[in-house]
Amino acid sequence: MAIVVLFMVPILAGLLGTALPSFGYWPGDSTRALHVQPWRDLADAPGLGQAIFTSVFSGVGATVLSLVIAVSFTASWSNSKISLLVSRSTAPLLAVPHAAFAIGFAFLFIPSGWLIRIITPWLSGWSAPPDYLFIQDLHGVGLMVALVCKELFFLLLVMQAALSQIDAQKYLSVTRTLGSWPVCAWLKVIFPMIYPQIRLPLYAVLAYSLSVVDMSMIVGPATPPSLSVLAVNWMQDPDIGTRLQGAAAALLLFGIVVIAVLGWRGLEKIVIACGRAWIFNGPRTFAEKFTHWISGIATSLILVVSGFALISLVLWSFADVWRFPAALPSEFTLRTWIGAWDGLKVHSISTFILAIVSGAVALLLGLGILENEYWKGARPKVAGQFFLYMPLMIPQVSFLFGLQVALVYLNIDGSWLAVVWSHLVFVVPYVFLIFADPFRNLDPRFTKTALSLGKPPFTVLRTVKIPLLKAPMAIAFAVGFSVSVSQYLATLFPGVGKIQTLTTEAVTLAAGGDRRDLGAYGLAQFMLPLIVFSIAAAVAARHTRTL
Amino acid sequence: MPLDIRERYKDWKMNTEDMPGLTLKDVSLHVKGHKLLGPLSLSVEEGHVATLMGPSGAGKSSLLAFVSGTLSPDIIASGSVHLDGRRIDGLNPEERRVGLLFQDDLLFPHLSILENVAFGIPRTVRGRRARAELALSALGEAGLEGFRDKMPMTLSGGQRARISLLRVLLSEPRALLLDEPFSAFDTTLRHQMHEFVFAHVKASRLPTLLVTHDKSDADAAGGPVIEIS
Repeated sequence: MAIVVLFMVPILAGLLGTALPSFGYWPGDSTRALHVQPWRDLADAPGLGQAIFTSVFSGVGATVLSLVIAVSFTASWSNSKISLLVSRSTAPLLAVPHAAFAIGFAFLFIPSGWLIRIITPWLSGWSAPPDYLFIQDLHGVGLMVALVCKELFFLLLVMQAALSQIDAQKYLSVTRTLGSWPVCAWLKVIFPMIYPQIRLPLYAVLAYSLSVVDMSMIVGPATPPSLSVLAVNWMQDPDIGTRLQGAAAALLLFGIVVIAVLGWRGLEKIVIACGRAWIFNGPRTFAEKFTHWISGIATSLILVVSGFALISLVLWSFADVWRFPAALPSEFTLRTWIGAWDGLKVHSISTFILAIVSGAVALLLGLGILENEYWKGARPKVAGQFFLYMPLMIPQVSFLFGLQVALVYLNIDGSWLAVVWSHLVFVVPYVFLIFADPFRNLDPRFTKTALSLGKPPFTVLRTVKIPLLKAPMAIAFAVGFSVSVSQYLATLFPGVGKIQTLTTEAVTLAAGGDRRDLGAYGLAQFMLPLIVFSIAAAVAARHTRTL
Repeated sequence: MPLDIRERYKDWKMNTEDMPGLTLKDVSLHVKGHKLLGPLSLSVEEGHVATLMGPSGAGKSSLLAFVSGTLSPDIIASGSVHLDGRRIDGLNPEERRVGLLFQDDLLFPHLSILENVAFGIPRTVRGRRARAELALSALGEAGLEGFRDKMPMTLSGGQRARISLLRVLLSEPRALLLDEPFSAFDTTLRHQMHEFVFAHVKASRLPTLLVTHDKSDADAAGGPVIEIS
């Protein structure tokens, strides 16, 4: 209950703190009369229609595409070498902060980017960078593809977790001996069985993709940007009237996300009805070969693009001279790193402290919730899961602005406490997602045996459960750490510029900074979670071996 | 992996008259270089049940997985499997026409009983109505038509096991593999399930391979018993 309050209060306060300004209320403003002028201003804002289109097109498109690729890949490539490679790459790729990935993605696909350099001039015949926007395009196709690259691995992870809850292999065997080919069998039987487990994460992906800010600033269109970026830009305007208009835009985005999630829910019902009719007709195949090859190619391409995007961060941060169209820098140097060292050091330390604290607190909170659930004998409820995922299903823009307003009231804006708290709102759900199943699946006989030997519950937790759960705890902490590192808005708004991290700095640099500095910041932003992940993986592996 | 099913089934009828029944020739299974089972040869005629008995871990279930084509890739198998005179061990599970029944009923939890039973009815039965009628008549013969719109979770274990058998039979297999399907039942229910299953095996003239570690299953099956260690 206390946990619910801890997370619901900032969200509700945040939404309220966004809703009121959108109707003309501003703290400290003496007039205090509510009016709809901000909404009128919003409606008259140039480019609003295009901004909404960009958000919806790239957000919904990215969600549908990543779901289709994740499902078709899992359906047709399970137990293959490539699926082993994908599952090994999933954790490190998930740890890449969105902003760092977007920077690498941009380095790869901009007109003078690495991809064009690699194929120029021998293949393309160009002598200068082409005059065409492969990313930052008007409708946000580049943004959509970048989002797919990130969300695919999240969905694959969530699906793996759901699959481990059912005896998928046996169900698949039975379905195939009943006459269905592999992809068809998977779609008819396994997918409907795991869908309830992936539904909420999927809504989170949808909400995230519709409202993403940092990635959109880097690889999304600029004039006009997506609705989320528009809202953030307005909210930071010195003119109060424009800020109010920004609050209205943020609330509009919230409405769009709600409609999108409800629409998705409605579509589910239609798909279920059609799917059951389809299954009843006894189909034996579902585009088996096509699904097999397309999903294999799509997943491999995404893997390759992700790899190259990260390598391009390394190249730029060490590049001295890299003239177009050379495929590689002609000279390497440490100058960028030496020059940026002071800033990097300060920002790395603040990023690290925030991530360590929020990861550790989230783990303790998760442990508390689960331990409480165990002793009360309460089964995990759908409602509880919903509350947990709630912060992930509400656009960050829509409540972080309001939360900032609330923090000003409490006079803790710009404090570490405020930033850690707002990070926790996003870190806790992910930590819980990773940690809950292993905890719940722990054989209760260990606990009962220890209790019957006369140990009190806390001693049992400390000496039996935690040692047994060291591996998933290490991984959950690493996930929480990387979620914290990747927070942009959740640092920017409550930190009010006083607290800066590698992420806020990288996004700032992305708006016109030098590519070498950008590469260094992107790489540093990626290295922190990667190091923590490697340590966690090593701890987990050693622990699993000794058990 | 050629995907045209019709092409694969074109000559099925031709061979069915040659040598009815299920035959295993010199089958052995290896895990990481260790022998798990075999070499084993056996032959089951139509409507008969051969029982494989042995302790757990002897590779009985793996043998059935090999025959049905669902063996996990870390087990290496050699030897051949013939069904109605046709060699099937190189085929995909969906092409073998070998029905599989486990201890768990594995009814699909998201589909109603009617939808579960109709799941494997061949495509040759066209149209919603025709498929529903076929499924309903099978449910009716077993006295289970009242459950048609129920979801599997709401039924008892015995009911689910019967429905699971009906589902396999309606998929028109040419052979049946039973992987300890009676283990979850108490003595009374076990006896009823013996009658239900073996009556259906006889009526549909399926060559059947039963795996169990319980003597009463083997006695009820009435066929040859092969002990493996």
